This record gives sequence, C-alpha cells and structure tokens, in this order.
Amino acid sequence: MTSLSRPVNLILTTLEGVPGKEIIEHYGLVQGSTIRAKHVGKDIMAGFKNIVGGELKGYTELLQEARKESVERMVKQAQLLGANAVVNVRFATSSVAPGAAELFAYGTAVKVQ
Amino acid sequence: MIELITFLILIGVGYFVGQHFESQHYASIKAREKQTLHIPLMTFGAKQTLPHAHEAQMFVGSVVVANDYFKTFSASLRNLVGGRMVVYESLIDRGRREAVLRMKEEAIAWGASQVINIRFETANIAGQQANQASCVEVMAYGTGIR
Repeated sequence: MTSLSRPVNLILTTLEGVPGKEIIEHYGLVQGSTIRAKHVGKDIMAGFKNIVGGELKGYTELLQEARKESVERMVKQAQLLGANAVVNVRFATSSVAPGAAELFAYGTAVKVQ
Repeated sequence: MIELITFLILIGVGYFVGQHFESQHYASIKAREKQTLHIPLMTFGAKQTLPHAHEAQMFVGSVVVANDYFKTFSASLRNLVGGRMVVYESLIDRGRREAVLRMKEEAIAWGASQVINIRFETANIAGQQANQASCVEVMAYGTGIR
C-alpha cells in the first residue's frame, strides 16, 4: 500500500493537524467506502490455508486494494471541496454479509498553508 | 470411518505444519522488530505541536490471518468449558505485530523519524457459519513524520 496517498498531492494524517503547517480553513467530514466480496479462486486457496493457518495473502491484498479505493473516494470528495489535506483519518471495517466486507475511511478535510 | 481418518489427518497436518509456520513467523517478527527498534511508535501525538516535523504522511499496515485446523478444533472444545483461548491469542498477537511491522517498514522506507498516533482496527471477515475457521483482518495505521 505504498502508493496510498501518492497519486494525489493531498496530505493525509491521523493527527489533528499537519505538522509544520497551519490550518486556515475547515471543510468538515469527508468519507469514502467500498464493499468487496471474496473471490472464488482466492476463497479456495483460503480454504487450504485454513488447514495449516497463517497469513491469507490473497485476502490481505484484496482488502488493501479495497481500502485504497475507499481512501481515493474520500480524497476525491475532499478535493471537490477545495481541500489540500485530510486530517484525523480513521478506518472502520465491517462484514455486511457473509463473504463481503465494507471498508470505510473518514476524516476532516482542511486547507493548510 | 473414512471421515474419521480425514479428520485425524487434517488435525495432524494442522498441528504440525501450523506450529512450524507459526514459529517461523514469530522468528521473522522478532528479527524485524529488533531491526526497526530505532523508530519510536506512539499512540499519542494528535494534539501536540511538533516543531521538529516538516512533513507527515499516513501509513497503513494490514494482514489477514487464519487459524489452522487443529487450533480451530481445540477452540471449539474450549467453547464448551470457557476460559482463556490461548490458541486465538497467539493468532491475533501474530497478526497485530505483523501489521505494525508492515506499517513501520513502509514508514522507514519513506524516511520517517517516528510514527505517531497509531490506531488499531480488527475485523472478522470469515463466513457466518459457526463451524468455519476464523479469519481475522488486523490493521494498524499511523502518521509518519520526518
């Protein structure tokens, strides 16, 4: 997930501000979410993995990809508002149905100097 | 009879292979934790002014871990009598430390001097059936500063 915030020139932090910069305007809450279902092929591999345990790489990638997309949606919303940073970013995950997961990202859009 | 044999084979494979993978994973976690010890991680820092920080970026580390067959079975036995579920504790512990390490390694690659305001998040992504093995996603995220 190295490129999580790289394609866009918008600062993401989990802090209440951006270090070294001053917040000049608040735009309020921005959010992005996506719901992903499991891939059948990956599910079969996961079934094997359930015998020996350990990391399920397919699922890790799937969820990382999904999270990236939810962050991108949040970033897009922030850019529409004219923000150049999103502070206090938080993530939430919930399984809405068997085999599907919702990835949710939210934060506060701000403009910094 | 055949079912019993498959069951025993799965338990055996789960126990031996699972334990082997787990000790391997723990060895790798411990080595990487030692390697990355010079970068402090903090769960505070949201409200402080950070005069020494010029740049900040968010980093996320996540991992999906699953229990092996033996552990799933012993956990279902444990469910009958209650008490500490040791087999699940090591699963979550492994996952969380791995997630933190991934976040930290990414931050180090970026050149962070510390990672602050770290938060954790856990989600159960297994199916709803009770007999299905548990499969947990653990993530850690924080802000790296330099």
